[in-house]
Amino acid sequence: MEKFNVFASKLIPEAELFSPGHKACQGCAPALALRYLLKAAGPNTMVANATGCMEIISSAYPDMAWGVPWIHVAFENAAAVASGLESGIKIMQRKGKLEKGHINVIAVGGDGGTFDIGLQALSGMLERGQDVLYLCYDNEAYMNTGIQRSSGTPIFASTTTSPAGKAIPGQRTFKKDLAGIAAAHNVTYVATASVAYPFDFMEKVQKALATPGSKLIHIFAPCPTGWRSQPKDIIKLARLAVQTGLFPLYEFTGGKYSMSLDLPFLKPVTNYLKLQGRYRHLTEDMINIIQEDLHLRYEWLQGLAALSHQEEAK
Amino acid sequence: MAKRKGIESSIALADSAAMCRIEAISAYPITPQTHIVEHLSEWVNDGELEAEFLPVESEHSAISAACGMSAVGARTFTATSSQGLALMHEILFLTASLRLPIVMAVANRALAGPISIWNDHSDIMAERDIGWVQIFAENGQECFDLVPLCFKVAEDKRVHLPMILNFDGFIVSHMIEPIEYWEQAQFDNYLPAYDPQIKLDIRNPSMMGAVGVPEIYYEVKMGQHQVLLDSKVVVKEALEALEKQCGRRYEVVESYRADDADVVMVLLGSLVETCMTAVDNLRAKGLKVGIVRPRLWRPFPTEEFIESLGDIPVLGVCDRSYTFGGAHHPLASEIKSVLYGSGKAPKICEYMIGIGGRDIRVEEFEQMFMQLLEVKENGKDLPIQYVGVRS
Repeated sequence: MEKFNVFASKLIPEAELFSPGHKACQGCAPALALRYLLKAAGPNTMVANATGCMEIISSAYPDMAWGVPWIHVAFENAAAVASGLESGIKIMQRKGKLEKGHINVIAVGGDGGTFDIGLQALSGMLERGQDVLYLCYDNEAYMNTGIQRSSGTPIFASTTTSPAGKAIPGQRTFKKDLAGIAAAHNVTYVATASVAYPFDFMEKVQKALATPGSKLIHIFAPCPTGWRSQPKDIIKLARLAVQTGLFPLYEFTGGKYSMSLDLPFLKPVTNYLKLQGRYRHLTEDMINIIQEDLHLRYEWLQGLAALSHQEEAK
Repeated sequence: MAKRKGIESSIALADSAAMCRIEAISAYPITPQTHIVEHLSEWVNDGELEAEFLPVESEHSAISAACGMSAVGARTFTATSSQGLALMHEILFLTASLRLPIVMAVANRALAGPISIWNDHSDIMAERDIGWVQIFAENGQECFDLVPLCFKVAEDKRVHLPMILNFDGFIVSHMIEPIEYWEQAQFDNYLPAYDPQIKLDIRNPSMMGAVGVPEIYYEVKMGQHQVLLDSKVVVKEALEALEKQCGRRYEVVESYRADDADVVMVLLGSLVETCMTAVDNLRAKGLKVGIVRPRLWRPFPTEEFIESLGDIPVLGVCDRSYTFGGAHHPLASEIKSVLYGSGKAPKICEYMIGIGGRDIRVEEFEQMFMQLLEVKENGKDLPIQYVGVRS
């Protein structure tokens, strides 16, 4: 619990390896996620970035925001490029052409680049067990191209390709369970995280990087532009997503699920929804559907965690 | 001393890649390329080659992973065909603009649809403009000899571009031929260890693949075009060095009995050898026919090609893929554009041959040559000839 309450910015490295002055919007949570990511990972790191907001805002030549070696090839292949980096580093070290010592290889992609177009490459990387951490920053739509729905977009959210129309009220499908898909590959480490809980996130990054094999962290990262919310409310939204049970924080490691945070009760989801323009059209029935689905998923996850630790409890 | 052995061309090509001391291989199966990566996995799994072998989940990931491998400075090899090459399409442009000297063997095969595993050149002609150096081998020996050449050219600091080695699927890839192997020492003499000009390095962080804003994109593309054009000189040097190593002389444009020819055929790939037999048969009858074939396809060896033609009045140009709806098919289009304004204006007859594995026989080449000789006499224009197609 202590990592959820502390405020101790002096305990984390001062160096900004994801430097300020990039072109992200005011209140951009994905940019914050990258800042924390590199504070946790440190300079001994290489990054393969999928096309997307974070790639565009950080790499417009000659204004480069990354203080670690970085490569961008295309949209759907960050996991494959990172796989290549990892294999390349291994052989170069084995042949004595590169100093020995662990180098963190991190792939970074948004929800579009991960849930949708990059899912095959991600699955390949996870299945091969490559020593890579995949970070998916999830802002729940294709924000870089102008707020189009992805399979990470939650039900009823209004986007430019799932508009709240008279006949169809926004996104028709429930959000894909990315962390569950990663866990189904039986990889060494999967976690969810939130920009509202930076110490938890950074601890998870360090834990992941210290674990050999394929890892995935799915970080919830609100987008004020795409969600039609106030930049000042972004951390609040990220926190509410956790506190309502909509985006539970958990870890999957060694085949076991653990909740990262014990919530004594779940706040009503309306607290979260009402701060976002993308949900302005919701009716009571629609809110109830969201609320019910959220409870089902949350209880299912709690069940998995309880099952995972049954033996310990005995 | 170099040994000669009877071996399948794909296996010889893979052996040659291994003897180039490749360090990283990304692999995905596709007919008729698969024997190459299968054999390389044996090299690695038997502990005879110190390399990383990454069996990925698609060709798109094969070339993407190869980019990652090459970006950290590993000598990187992959191979594909047809649909696989088409699936790589997006990343092929990026590989060139990232200046990653990956070498890829392409067993040329028809593109679907309808699906066909057999040989023609529609896969590679669809990738004409990707910015890679591209060369054609016509038999197993050439496949073996040209792998080290590809690495030597690609990794040259004046080039630093990826390179494709084309050879005909099945016709070459699955053919068992007597092939003269180089000694390992010859490889090591010919091909120094890869010393990358640029790589990702935690001690010296850099960014590869930045956004090309309008103020810079054009210059990047211009630089790429120029360096690809200039790579011809490096290819020529590397071919000369190769002759010193193995005694076989290859040129960017090669001629066969073309010096005093009345008519010549222009074509790429393994059908040159069938065509040579036709030339010999007709020469034996006193007919002056020959062959001019560009071995280097990108950059196109314009000056050498024009020079090779001499004053030959009639050319036949054989295409092995379609430019649907175009005025000319790809090779004819290239040859015509090269000659326009060159001061030479031979009559050009266009042929389509060997599509989707359709056999082309010596007698058919002989008939084509007879047709060219007729054109030389009567000066008439021929429409594009689709050889052997049923109406």
